[in-house]
Amino acid sequence: MELHELNMEQARELLDKREISARELTQAFLDRIQATDPQVHAYLAVTPESALAQADQADQTLAAGQGGALTGIPCGIKDVFITKDLTTTAGSRILENFVPPYDATAVARLKAAGAVILGKQNMDEFAMGSSTENSAYGPSHNPWDLKAIPGGSSGGSAASVAAGSCLFSIGTDTGGSIRQPASHCGVVGMKPTYGRVSRYGMIAFASSLDQAGPFSRTVAGAAQVLQAMAGFDPADSTSAPMEVPDYAASLKRGVKGLKLGVPKEYFVEGMDPEVEETVRKAIAVLEGLGAQTVEVSLPHTDYALAVYYIIAPAECSSNLARYDGVKYGLSQRAEDASLLDMYLDTRSAGFGEEVIRRVMLGTYALSAGYYDAYYGKAGQVRTLIKQDFLEAFKKVDAIISPVAPTPAFDLGQKVDDPLQMYLSDVLTLSVNLAGLPGISLPAGFNSAGRPIGLQIIGPHFAEETVLAAGHAFQEATDHHTKRPAL
Amino acid sequence: MKITRDEVAHVAQLARLRLVEEQVQRLTVQLNDILSSMEKLNQLDTSGVPSTNHALELTGAMREDEVRPSLKRERALANAPDSNGEAFVVPRVI
Repeated sequence: MELHELNMEQARELLDKREISARELTQAFLDRIQATDPQVHAYLAVTPESALAQADQADQTLAAGQGGALTGIPCGIKDVFITKDLTTTAGSRILENFVPPYDATAVARLKAAGAVILGKQNMDEFAMGSSTENSAYGPSHNPWDLKAIPGGSSGGSAASVAAGSCLFSIGTDTGGSIRQPASHCGVVGMKPTYGRVSRYGMIAFASSLDQAGPFSRTVAGAAQVLQAMAGFDPADSTSAPMEVPDYAASLKRGVKGLKLGVPKEYFVEGMDPEVEETVRKAIAVLEGLGAQTVEVSLPHTDYALAVYYIIAPAECSSNLARYDGVKYGLSQRAEDASLLDMYLDTRSAGFGEEVIRRVMLGTYALSAGYYDAYYGKAGQVRTLIKQDFLEAFKKVDAIISPVAPTPAFDLGQKVDDPLQMYLSDVLTLSVNLAGLPGISLPAGFNSAGRPIGLQIIGPHFAEETVLAAGHAFQEATDHHTKRPAL
Repeated sequence: MKITRDEVAHVAQLARLRLVEEQVQRLTVQLNDILSSMEKLNQLDTSGVPSTNHALELTGAMREDEVRPSLKRERALANAPDSNGEAFVVPRVI
């Protein structure tokens, strides 16, 4: 087995036994990036020098008999997390030359845990998109089929784990941006409860929905990454001031006796039959392991897309007001230009089409005369959507469903139809509106060999239940051990 | 028609975006499509339903108002398109 084919647990074992060094492991992944990234384009920047320096430091830690679960483990970071002295673009032209003065909390915590950072990963501009086709630096490709999208917005981070060009990665999920690409790339992707991981230093898209989380091949690996990142941060007043449980320990709980709800509204009309079949089979596997399944109803599911595409653009239009050509990033200043000209020219030159569309939509929804009809109404329906989940969780411990209505579609297939593209997130975005934890894990493949994911959703701060169910599923199946031919 | 061409142009001005006519035309069509799909929210009677702006019941996070170290000025200005060493420089306003 080559080093890039290892999963996190196998790499950990070899590192701890000193059968390989962190430097060797890191070099193997740097080589793998060189070999695969010309086709996959998962990375926007690779940082071999600092990665090898971090690896050497990890080797010293390990030689001293110290270190933890992530010491010496090579990883990638979605380019939405700011990284000290390392250019961070958020996939946008407007931040092409932005060199952050500090690390995002999630990144700082991974560094403190001894993880080795290989580079920054591709994404839809400002995390707005479902395919990475909105990246100003060109799309990523799905390692299982280079014609296909990897999903988005954290497409580079998902594709990289699938391609074996990192052992884990971190992304962000505002409406499905971790779970949907994880599903399309056949890897594990987890969105924790809103507030579980600090958003400090995460370039904001929609602040009431954004949440950071891990990608890896295994649920056990994702649990370790979450462990390192989670917990209160005084720099983010919306991070939860709560103890972080031992996620690795929770994996052993299994699913025996667990009550799992299957929402009838999530097997929607127009759902790909192979997706439905694969997910039904996965549900049967969990039943075979001793879980009890019951049908539940989330009656306001049908309204979630409309609610999301009011709230997320509204928050984005406000967050993106900071890109004004004054403090950092692109600045277009024609000779004799006024301040207003500078704003107009900078933003029009720096933002891509989808970002402009959402800023326009959000500005409209918040503007005088329309606020109550759109933003006000959406906030009320958001309450109903959240209540649906709270009601369901009175009867079940977790909810299981498909992640996306179809497997990965082809690059270019939906770029001209924003509404169709938005529908890719129809099964994931309610989870963000309600602030719940959710995971996507590999459940099988369609007849064309494209991966299909299973989604497990838990109550607020019940990451342990979600992880335990996911881990039990992986112990009983081998979908996550399959590798794309690259 | 949910939004007219002129309204799109006005919203662009509010959002500080300079759009060419072709973009205004295209966005008028697309925003109408998107806004029409949002019509369905009006099927729901939400009178008396409180609004959710945050998924979790968070209360204001307070701390002592004390001086703490912050970003050094030169670091804060390092990414500035234009600065005079003390402040960001922008085109003349008055």
